[in-house]
Amino acid sequence: MSNSSIKFVDAAKSRHDFALIAKWIKPGAKVLDLGCGDGTLLGYLRDTLQVRGYGVEKDDANWLASMSNGVDVIQMDLEAGLSGFEAKSFDVVILSQTLQAVLNTEGIVQEMLRVGHEAIVTFPNFGYWRHRFQLIAGQMPVSKNLPYQWYDTPNVHLCTIKDFDEFCIQHRIEVMERMVLTDQQPIHMMPNLRGSLAMYHLKPAE
Amino acid sequence: MSETSSIGIVAPQIAHFTEPLPLKSGEVLPQYDLVYETYGTLNADKSNAVMICHALSGHHHVAGKYAETDKHAGWWDNMIGPGKPLDTNRFFVIGLNNLGGCHGSTGPSSIHPETGKPWGSAFPVLTVEDWVTSQARLADYLGIHQLAAIVGGSLGGMQALQWTISYPERVRHALVIAAAPNLTAQNIAFNEVARQAIITDPEFHGGDYYAHKVVPRRGLRIARMLGHITYLSDDAMGAKFGRKLREGEIKYSFDVEFEMESYLRYQGDKFAGEFDANTYLRMTRALDYFDPALAHGGDLSRALAPAQADFLVVSFTSDWRFSPARSREIVKALLDNELSVSYAEVTAAHGHDAFLMQDAHYHAILRNYLKKIKLGGQA
Repeated sequence: MSNSSIKFVDAAKSRHDFALIAKWIKPGAKVLDLGCGDGTLLGYLRDTLQVRGYGVEKDDANWLASMSNGVDVIQMDLEAGLSGFEAKSFDVVILSQTLQAVLNTEGIVQEMLRVGHEAIVTFPNFGYWRHRFQLIAGQMPVSKNLPYQWYDTPNVHLCTIKDFDEFCIQHRIEVMERMVLTDQQPIHMMPNLRGSLAMYHLKPAE
Repeated sequence: MSETSSIGIVAPQIAHFTEPLPLKSGEVLPQYDLVYETYGTLNADKSNAVMICHALSGHHHVAGKYAETDKHAGWWDNMIGPGKPLDTNRFFVIGLNNLGGCHGSTGPSSIHPETGKPWGSAFPVLTVEDWVTSQARLADYLGIHQLAAIVGGSLGGMQALQWTISYPERVRHALVIAAAPNLTAQNIAFNEVARQAIITDPEFHGGDYYAHKVVPRRGLRIARMLGHITYLSDDAMGAKFGRKLREGEIKYSFDVEFEMESYLRYQGDKFAGEFDANTYLRMTRALDYFDPALAHGGDLSRALAPAQADFLVVSFTSDWRFSPARSREIVKALLDNELSVSYAEVTAAHGHDAFLMQDAHYHAILRNYLKKIKLGGQA
């Protein structure tokens, strides 16, 4: 195993959601990771599942980190859509913990399902009980998954699991699988109250 | 990180080719010279060669100086040298002057072997494809089958792209910087104004001005002034010159009053004193004609289907002559072919000229990309 492989597998150990995302992806699949950060997820998927793929990243420092990590990365702003990518040219398009920071939320989800056969979307659940308690106590929620103050947050479209379920119905999106986590552990009972991170495996409804 | 320094004193060399070169136009160049420079050491298995393709007015003197007293180093000295982004401690770098040039390779001002006079108007019109063929022959001459990388900005980026189509198995990486898959109508228009300035100069003599011992200076000067306007962004020009007056007051004359005028005249005069007008015509024509998608019904993805190289494509936000949108067309065609490609859109104020500037992020991109290139046996 190369140094970079060890690096990615190590880095992913602290990200249980990466291992869960990997379960939804077939070995050798062609993957597009939107908002790929420093490329850790793609590097991990490449080294564990031999996926091929590209990252998309707007930020200079993240772009440079991805490229330097050996991940092919295209610098562009997701808000402009995915016009540089052909329809159904990827097996899976991933949007990992970025949905809440996107302005054109409907547009990007539709673009993901145009470009990919399937999509994986993860986001912090605003309906998590700690968030609800903080609101009842009279303050905007701040948590591990929502680490920002109201005045410096990049998050503009926060939603709950119930909201996203309705969004999928309204936009004719089939939820193939759903996982909800709190502190890396799966939550099965009352996920919209007890879950802090939501993970969806999606495809266009038939 | 290792110390960065200049490559130091360098010297040009000349390769003579006797095998005729068939050109895209149908003409044949019976024999020719290519002047080139090399920096660094070719390793044992010859896997560390990088060729630099130059832009419109560039040449083989890419890095280093000919003498300590030289005022200027090679045109891309900030990028190439020991410890620099293109590190000559690792790579064997080749710079050459393209055919049709005026810096030592066979061109319109060279002596025609049959007539004993300069080629002048008889020198053929060359294309990017022709250049790439001649560059591959230079690689053969140097005993290099496969380049670790082909690198070029602007017109040089077009050559890098063409390499991956003409010689897919001979290039492992292509660095295509501030380039385009073809020129826009607006770009062709700028080139045509530049050419008309030269051709309508009374001292052009149909391209055979050498015999008259004159050069179409005025035309060449205007062509260069026009070029310089388009290589910079409005913002960069505003920041550098604004409306500054040379002598602080308006003189109600047509002399040089604004700093902007002074700069353009200086650049125009300098260029007209050292560049050949016939070369300028041919370089701009090669730009106009470059269009690899043309033979594929305008489909760039099909044109790039033979390519096997890994790509780094870089554009600059303020470059309006070779805009980021044009680089994105290249990227899309590479994605369609499922090739390895990274694309950076560098925020820069300098317009098209940004590709020659020393910018920390831009240089980090090239440094880190080139670092990843695997080489075989060391020298």
